[in-house]
Amino acid sequence: MASNVLSAAASASPSTSPVTDLLKGKGRLGSGNVGSLFIKDKGNPFLNSKSCGRISMAVAVNVSRFEAITMAPPDPILGVSEAFKADNDEKKLNLGVGAYRTEELQPYVLDVVKKAENLMLERGENKEYLPIEGLAAFNKVTAELLFGADSPVISEQRVATVQGLSGTGSLRLAAVLIERYFPGAKVLISSPTWGNHKNIFNDARVPWSEYRYYDPKTVGLDFEGMIEDIKAAPEGSFILLHGCAHNPTGIDPTPEQWEKIADVIQEKNHIPFFDVAYQGFASGSLDQDAASVRLFAARGMEIFVAQSYSKNLGLYSERIGAINVVCSSTDTAARVKSQLKRIARPMYSNPPIHGARIVANVVGDPALFDEWKAEMEMMAGRIKRVRQKLYDSLTSKDKSGKDWSFILKQIGMFSFTGLNKNQSDNMTNKWHVYMTKDGRISLAGLNLAKCEYLADAIIDSYHNVS
Amino acid sequence: MASKSFSSSSSSSGCSPASDRRISVLARHLVAENALSSSPIYASPTSSANSVFAHIARGPEDPILGVTVAYNKDPSPVKLNLGVGAYRTEEGKPLVLNVVRKAEHMLVNDRSRVKEYLPIVGLADFNKLSAKLIFGADSPVIRENRITTVQCLSGTGSLRVGGEFLAKHYHQRTIYIPLPTWGNHPKVFTLAGLSVKTYRYYDPATRGLNFQGLMEDLGSAPSGAIILLHACAHNPTGVDPTPQQWEQIRRLMRSKALMPFFDSAYQGFASGSLDEDAQPVRMFAADGGELLVAQSYAKNMGLYGERVGALSIVCKDADVAGRVESQLKLVIRPMYSNPPIHGASIVAAILKDGNLYNEWTIELKAMADRIISMRKQLFDALHARGTPGDWSHIIKQIGMFTFTGLNSEQVAFMTREYHIYMTSDGRISMAGLSSKTVPHLADAIHAAVTRMK
Repeated sequence: MASNVLSAAASASPSTSPVTDLLKGKGRLGSGNVGSLFIKDKGNPFLNSKSCGRISMAVAVNVSRFEAITMAPPDPILGVSEAFKADNDEKKLNLGVGAYRTEELQPYVLDVVKKAENLMLERGENKEYLPIEGLAAFNKVTAELLFGADSPVISEQRVATVQGLSGTGSLRLAAVLIERYFPGAKVLISSPTWGNHKNIFNDARVPWSEYRYYDPKTVGLDFEGMIEDIKAAPEGSFILLHGCAHNPTGIDPTPEQWEKIADVIQEKNHIPFFDVAYQGFASGSLDQDAASVRLFAARGMEIFVAQSYSKNLGLYSERIGAINVVCSSTDTAARVKSQLKRIARPMYSNPPIHGARIVANVVGDPALFDEWKAEMEMMAGRIKRVRQKLYDSLTSKDKSGKDWSFILKQIGMFSFTGLNKNQSDNMTNKWHVYMTKDGRISLAGLNLAKCEYLADAIIDSYHNVS
Repeated sequence: MASKSFSSSSSSSGCSPASDRRISVLARHLVAENALSSSPIYASPTSSANSVFAHIARGPEDPILGVTVAYNKDPSPVKLNLGVGAYRTEEGKPLVLNVVRKAEHMLVNDRSRVKEYLPIVGLADFNKLSAKLIFGADSPVIRENRITTVQCLSGTGSLRVGGEFLAKHYHQRTIYIPLPTWGNHPKVFTLAGLSVKTYRYYDPATRGLNFQGLMEDLGSAPSGAIILLHACAHNPTGVDPTPQQWEQIRRLMRSKALMPFFDSAYQGFASGSLDEDAQPVRMFAADGGELLVAQSYAKNMGLYGERVGALSIVCKDADVAGRVESQLKLVIRPMYSNPPIHGASIVAAILKDGNLYNEWTIELKAMADRIISMRKQLFDALHARGTPGDWSHIIKQIGMFTFTGLNSEQVAFMTREYHIYMTSDGRISMAGLSSKTVPHLADAIHAAVTRMK
């Protein structure tokens, strides 16, 4: 690629383009019809040159400065929905991205959200910039929701809470803080984990490695492997944990296992880093789904927690979440918060108001809050029923005796079917079932009516494809 | 890194694991001071013992947004906030445009609307309409499909995504920013991975443009370097090149293959005309070259807190644009996955509806006119007081801000004695003024200039 990209006078005739002449080594700089050609050592010819007047337009570069850029591969998760849209088969099923669907397989906007938005419209609030750390009312209720309003971390003001762009944005703020203030510290992520976790830490230049998590033999948790790997990590590592409804497996530690995980993290002076994207959405209970985080907080540990309201309040595209850092003192929390602000300011200045106001209104109003809890129970309930139906269909149709009960043991929106890449491809290519290549299906995209069809597809892929 | 002087292992004592844990936690707090005083990490006297964050110092307040923080704390009834650039009405109140309220009502009441994730690049309609707005509906770059436009978080987000893209994929990792420029620019680009240099811009002697310095500095920039250009209403000075000067800048830049990166935060807000304020960008787009432009709807649609903006990259051809777009997605996905829908939907609704669009242009012109009128009133008030100095720059400068030329001591004086809040570089937001408050400001400037040199 020519590094001496030139612009030449448009007045030159096309067949004897001065640019091509020069590139071919012909023509001379300073010749009359290339008045605006850049001449390296002669300082700036433009201020004095009278010939500029003849040139009405400079022909731009012939080669793009971005020519060498290659086409990036499509996002593995979000790309699934795009492929689904392009499929015209009427039997198609989108079990890709984790967005809740009704029994009619339609997107769902919660009633409380509509009510909150109408309230906001009536009030006619302004659209001024939020502070860098976000809406104060939102930050208050989000920390209380997560830790419990009566938690000492709240009353002692030991949590630095900054509104972030849903889960992703909150994770990113934390990742940058880690890179800046814990240089060289590693983050340990579960194997497998949400596909975007690695990208976030890579872009923030935080080194990461994996701890064993999923056991394909049991389609369950490899607890010994997990503990071993956390123990083996260098002291002071960050351990990324899914608060509930592990994505992509749906496999969560039991309460007893959580205690042991906390033990080993404390032993090694690691820092727990929770990703809480499904509080209330997993079991249907906000408190139950926060139990793991609260267990750690009750031990007096310092903790990072990223929250998202995409699923539990259905606010996907509003991008509302928070990063919470539990610190050992009020002053420490204030300092950490100030540094999180310094990270947000050069990224997007301050966060978007709309989603934050919706959350603050719903959580802050007792009637709306109760309604929300009911809607969440309804959503979680539908997913549990679909799991049951899928399990029943698989068990009755599959004569091999394979144990499909992991479908019932797993929790949340996703299920790790245990299908490998080829089998997952078969699901899509033969059965028009769209899912991610790691064998993950989103139960939220399934309804009772389609369970039998899905069971057929899974059985076929599992037994007939390797 | 934090280090404990003991282990909480339950095998070391005869207690149960649970009580062991409780004792460990207690002991940690009791022994902490002694155990850790020798560790260099816990140097901060205010830190709590045994915090892994003990070494994290308090960050300073953002200099621009910090002005409003200080203003809010002031109890004086005559206080004036001329800090952050948010439009205020004649009554000193924030303004939500009528068209915005209308569009919002339409959106919220539309029962068919959902809140599903937007694509990584944002709302498609919004992107197309934003490109049309800045480049002009009949622009060759649009006709030739040579642009990729991605929705981003207002101006800041667009600049950051563009900067990160350039740092990853462009061969020249230096960006030149004007001196002075918006306080957040250097941080945005540094964190994006670019190295930041400056080019001369403001001439304090004339309170105008140092055109010669600008041309010299661009002329000596390495070939291919990125140049940040304020599309109109330069922030903080309000000093813009003339059309003729823009043409010379363009030619120089193209001859050196300098990559233009426009920051367009005030289209329509500066002169009152959307087309006029877009001329510099369109001039560059028309010559067939490549460029980046970050658009913000914070001011011209009053959508500040909704964080609506767009990054457009004009490429040589559609194929390059497609590849560039795919790489922009890789920048966005690990940052926030996909952008917020609300503000972009409002913008799209207004831009695509002929009546709403016309209403918008009228409201926009009214805002711009009010600011121009404030400039005139302030200039007249200083003239009437016989304030020493030439204050004509107040009416020559354009846009929301005026670079008064006051120094930081004079600014501090004005804050102390007259409760005027502004950034220490002497920048005032004309949008924060009203006919009622102009006299107070004029008094303050007069006092500052005559009493503090």
